[in-house]
Amino acid sequence: MSEKRATREAYGETLIELGRANPNIVVLEADLAKSTTTIKFKKEFPDRFFDCGVAEQNMMAMAAGLATTGKICFTGSFAMFATGRAFEQVRNTIAYPSLNVKICPTHAGITVGADGGSHQTIEDIALMRVIPGMTVIVPADYYEAKKAIAKAAEIDGPVYVRLGRATLPMIFDEDYDFVPGKAIVLKQGTDVTIFATGIMVSSSLVAAENLAKAGISAEVINISTIKPLDDNAIIESAVKTGRVVVAEEHSIIGGLGSAVAELLCEKHPVPVARVGIKDVFGRSGEPAELLKYYGLTDEDISQAAKGLLGK
Amino acid sequence: MTTHTTDKQATVSLVEAKARTIRTRIINMLGAAGSGHPGGSLSAADIVATLYFHEMNYNAAEPRWPGRDRFVLSKGHAAPVLYAALAESGYFPREDLATLRKIDSHLQGHPDMNKTPGVEISTGSLGMGFSAAVGMALGLKIDKSESRVYTLIGDGESQEGIIWEAGMFAAQHKLDNLVGIVDYNNLQIDGHVSDIVDIRPVAAKWSAFGWHTIEIDGHKVEQIIGALNEAKSIKGKPTMIIANTVKGKNVTFMEGQVDFHGKAPSKDEVAQACGEIEASGPLG
Repeated sequence: MSEKRATREAYGETLIELGRANPNIVVLEADLAKSTTTIKFKKEFPDRFFDCGVAEQNMMAMAAGLATTGKICFTGSFAMFATGRAFEQVRNTIAYPSLNVKICPTHAGITVGADGGSHQTIEDIALMRVIPGMTVIVPADYYEAKKAIAKAAEIDGPVYVRLGRATLPMIFDEDYDFVPGKAIVLKQGTDVTIFATGIMVSSSLVAAENLAKAGISAEVINISTIKPLDDNAIIESAVKTGRVVVAEEHSIIGGLGSAVAELLCEKHPVPVARVGIKDVFGRSGEPAELLKYYGLTDEDISQAAKGLLGK
Repeated sequence: MTTHTTDKQATVSLVEAKARTIRTRIINMLGAAGSGHPGGSLSAADIVATLYFHEMNYNAAEPRWPGRDRFVLSKGHAAPVLYAALAESGYFPREDLATLRKIDSHLQGHPDMNKTPGVEISTGSLGMGFSAAVGMALGLKIDKSESRVYTLIGDGESQEGIIWEAGMFAAQHKLDNLVGIVDYNNLQIDGHVSDIVDIRPVAAKWSAFGWHTIEIDGHKVEQIIGALNEAKSIKGKPTMIIANTVKGKNVTFMEGQVDFHGKAPSKDEVAQACGEIEASGPLG
């Protein structure tokens, strides 16, 4: 776990690989090619790269039009603008007709850092998850991001892949076989299950180690595909441990915490604690400072688990 | 494939007759549905008839034939004019028109590309169809296709910001395979466009955005044909045709009446409207 990389770094690199393999891959950007790393694709395939300028809504609806001509269109920008500003283009022109457009913005969550609350989207998973037919993937590290972006190109229909700016420890490696819709048990446990997504997966593994020292056996499950949710894996683990912590860099409303709570309420009710942004906006700061400020550290996950165990 | 007659006057007469037929079908289907948008469908009838019965190449037996020209009805609430043209072109049986807006119909309140053969992209939320048409034109350019893209936008719709975002992009990328047409009837739901948020001078705006512009009477088939021909001769930039129209055209009690933007005709009104349209010339 020595090398750390951001999930956004996987974007430009994987697009190049996809572009070499398939002439129908087209990349759209909205004036953020350096930040999102799509500039790498632009350099190798200038004829299949289109900078839409600062016009995210047009980028999304154009991507839908391109898809009708057989292109597999990847759209960039920051998560705030791709899912927020262009929400209705994504909903009505991409998802409603089920067109083959990939929405892979970067700089999701509060770890955007110093840019502050206007740029820190904590609602994007909720916004994408509520759209019928949308696949929603939140990679936990660089390698999972690479595999998820490559897999998104194979799925016929709209896919949201949430990428981030923060550098993260490696959990997977080049040989990892990402299967959309499949939860991954990273650590077995019996007392409590921690369902985590995105940057919170590595923190959950640290939390589980610390909990073990305190005599608590925590199961850690990576939910990288939030939609479609791996219902069986979640219910199975909840049956086994009887207690659930959900950890995500997103509002506690509408994200993975909500998805897990909705499922378990109906199928197997157990105590659930949500670790996430508690219905407030972000602010400027260093990523590590912000994670602490908003209660998204491994220590916060441990505390939530202990709370469920009455410790 | 459509058959294009070479005799100019015969062509105009054929398209005019088709436009009258489309108008009667619009009235009848809205009467049967009990809701929908007659005004903006009737104002666009001559434009849409010219596209489907003179201008465009398509194959109704193979709706997704790659070599086809595309038509995007960005002002998706005028779905009846599109459905009538598609039925008259042979995409689906004319009897289907009576099922408009019904629970088991493929004819949705606004066009759905996955339900209705011949619909190129789902529209209804204003501005987005135009932007998608720009994406289509770009995709066809990448493939070096000879196909052209035609898209009809409303004047009220031109208040949407995405129209101008897409307009700038199309000019930047020299999409001369793209023709936009503004159905300029100067009425939107809340009143006259010029009283709400005026889009004038709309031709000058498109010109400033880098488009070739042509202003015509959108009810004169000869002028519509002329503008579409001129658009083909323009290289290196997209063309916007400003078609001056009358909302509710050819039905006296609907013409210029904002109330008929989104109100279906009653049974008596259907009979009166169809009578007026049929009296204006032969159907085609």
